[in-house]
Amino acid sequence: MAAVFRRSLGAVVKDLYSLQWQQLASRPLSLSANVCGPEAAPARADATFKVTMVPGDGVGPELMTAVKEVFKAGDVPVEFEEFHLSEVQNMATEEKLDEVLNSMKTNRVAMKGKIHTPMEFKGELASFEMRLRRKLDLFANVVHVNSLPGYSTRHNNLDLVIIREQTEGEYSSLEHESVTGVIECLKIITRVKSRRIAKFAFDYATKKGRNKVTAVHKANIMKLGDGLFLQSCAEIAQLYPKIKYETIIIDNCCMQLVQNPYQFDVLVMPNLYGNIIDNLAAGLVGGAGVVPGESYSAEYAVFETGARHPFAQAVGRNIANPTAMLLSAANMLRHLSLEYHSQMVSDAVKRVIKQGKVRTRDLGGYSTTGDFVRAVVENLRHRSVY
Amino acid sequence: MAGKAWRSAIQNLLRQWGFSFNDMEKTKAQELSQVVGVMMRESPQPRTFIRGMQTVTLIPGDGIGPEISSSVMKIFEASKAPIQWEERNVTAIQGPGGKWMIPPDAKESMDRNKIGLKGPLKTPIAAGHPSMNLLLRKTFDLYANVRPCVSIEGYKTPYTDVDLVTIRENTEGEYSGIEHVIVDGVVQSIKLITEQASQRIADYAFEYARNNQRASVTAVHKANIMRMSDGLFLRKCREAAEKHKDVKFTEMYLDTVCLNMVQDPTQFDVLVMPNLYGDILSDLCAGLIGGLGVTPSGNIGANGVAIFESVHGTAPDIAGKDMANPTALLLSAVMMLRHMGLHGHAKKIETACFDTIRDKKVLTKDLGGNSKCSEFTNAICQRVQDME
Repeated sequence: MAAVFRRSLGAVVKDLYSLQWQQLASRPLSLSANVCGPEAAPARADATFKVTMVPGDGVGPELMTAVKEVFKAGDVPVEFEEFHLSEVQNMATEEKLDEVLNSMKTNRVAMKGKIHTPMEFKGELASFEMRLRRKLDLFANVVHVNSLPGYSTRHNNLDLVIIREQTEGEYSSLEHESVTGVIECLKIITRVKSRRIAKFAFDYATKKGRNKVTAVHKANIMKLGDGLFLQSCAEIAQLYPKIKYETIIIDNCCMQLVQNPYQFDVLVMPNLYGNIIDNLAAGLVGGAGVVPGESYSAEYAVFETGARHPFAQAVGRNIANPTAMLLSAANMLRHLSLEYHSQMVSDAVKRVIKQGKVRTRDLGGYSTTGDFVRAVVENLRHRSVY
Repeated sequence: MAGKAWRSAIQNLLRQWGFSFNDMEKTKAQELSQVVGVMMRESPQPRTFIRGMQTVTLIPGDGIGPEISSSVMKIFEASKAPIQWEERNVTAIQGPGGKWMIPPDAKESMDRNKIGLKGPLKTPIAAGHPSMNLLLRKTFDLYANVRPCVSIEGYKTPYTDVDLVTIRENTEGEYSGIEHVIVDGVVQSIKLITEQASQRIADYAFEYARNNQRASVTAVHKANIMRMSDGLFLRKCREAAEKHKDVKFTEMYLDTVCLNMVQDPTQFDVLVMPNLYGDILSDLCAGLIGGLGVTPSGNIGANGVAIFESVHGTAPDIAGKDMANPTALLLSAVMMLRHMGLHGHAKKIETACFDTIRDKKVLTKDLGGNSKCSEFTNAICQRVQDME
């Protein structure tokens, strides 16, 4: 019996030392690595995600510090690559912009503060923020307007999503002075981009289980421009029979938002109206400090606050509300499929707000940004055990 | 003495002394009346003899227009306001050369009286002519739309203590109507901002603030994005601010205004802005106080023309059923009285209206009650008569 085994073992060992193996063993390691097979991505359990971070101006740096502190305390496997791009502080050059773009293209996910646009323009009509958006083709801006549990405003239990086309429309920066004293500003609407944002809106509504998409326009006045936008939305709406499609004129929409905002679900609109409605809806739930937002392109995602203001009056005073940025960071973690950490961060923030003991000035309290961040970090440790 | 009397007296005096201005008379007259207006702060825009009857062109409009116009006339009669009404119809007719225009008798009446009150007009969809509102705007060069938004005590909204005025440039901006299809699938709309129009509206805003004892004027713009066009508008506002140093001037981005407006509307006073932002913000402010059914509005034009109107629709479904709410037209008429300098009557009618709404006994359906329009009107008439 043993002899049989010995003979088969011998056969196996001989096989092991067959030609192929000898070839492999004799060559240098790098070549044999090629021969072994296609290279698999290193699936390490401790992989950290690299995310580009552009703090921006105003309270941006303070808010980003808050995010970093919370991430450190929660052991979130995200590494930030920081770039300081700022037009007002004269730190913006073409090379810097290219650096930021390259980093974003590699990492594909970014967190951004607001890059403020100075009022006087020196030659270029498009600001840095607009150029960044155009170069990365971040065409869709999504703002989640959710009432915070524990903080009541004039309208409670709101749950809206505002989707705004971000690359064309009134923000085309095409202006010229045709005659002295007469300035023309062009607003461009294209069918391709309108269709794209409409499709994005309906896809988003389907994915998140929403029932209704409302297109906001001013086609009674701008018949061709907004008429084209409406037409594109209507065409795309036919592809999604399960989702209800409605239209509303912008001024009526504003009026309805302050009288009865519960009639809206998902809103989709061109650029300028998006700016107005973003800020209006943010004001309805508590201001610019509590609403997160993100910008998507086909390949990249940028996470930021919903209502974009540099809030320069609060710089250095430690009074900014980091809620919006923290909730946006939680959304980013969900985008990276770090579901556990995302839930942890957003739960902690919501718990702090619900308890109501630590509130920044815009929500009616007296705490500083630091206090709020410390409270969130405290709540991170008290995770619910399943 | 009223303004016109002052002005003609001074003119006669100067003419006596040998200063005769032939073609310069018009500009000089305007300057004189401005000086007189400054001297007599109590009656800010003196345009009428306070003693005599003033004729006002009344355009009832369509749908519920005739009902609410007759309500307003009844209330004015009860309050013994010195107003004589001249009713006119402004359905567009095609003049010589195929150009659409308003009927010549309406135009002539308006030019003569200078003050008008308009009900809601129906915009026909396939009639081939532009909307009547647009026609009126072009005919009389109505460059400023003024909408004061004041919270009504009896009509509860989540926003209390709103007291602001939106002044909107009404002729150009995004509503110039110039659009082209460049290639199939690409459309370009042109937003026009001119120096002249911006200056006119900025000057008017400060004049209004001064005449109505308003503390500050805020210019609303988006000059960080539309740097040249809104930049020009902002420059003109700043220049006007230099000329009127007694009124405080601030500038704010449109998105910041929207954000703050829904959180705390008490921080705003007079807002001045180009056409599109004005349209949106004025409707937003109307929503804050309860909707278009209770919001007055006035359009100021060149050559002293002023048309006051109610901005709601014609409501064809309740037309003729005595269910309409005349509050918007009534408050616009009160605004008109103030514009004419008849503050006493204005205050009387306004107080009567607000008291009736606060009482909540006779309210029309849109305000939450179930009375008829005529009952509401009679209640206000009764109050006005009781106040005598």
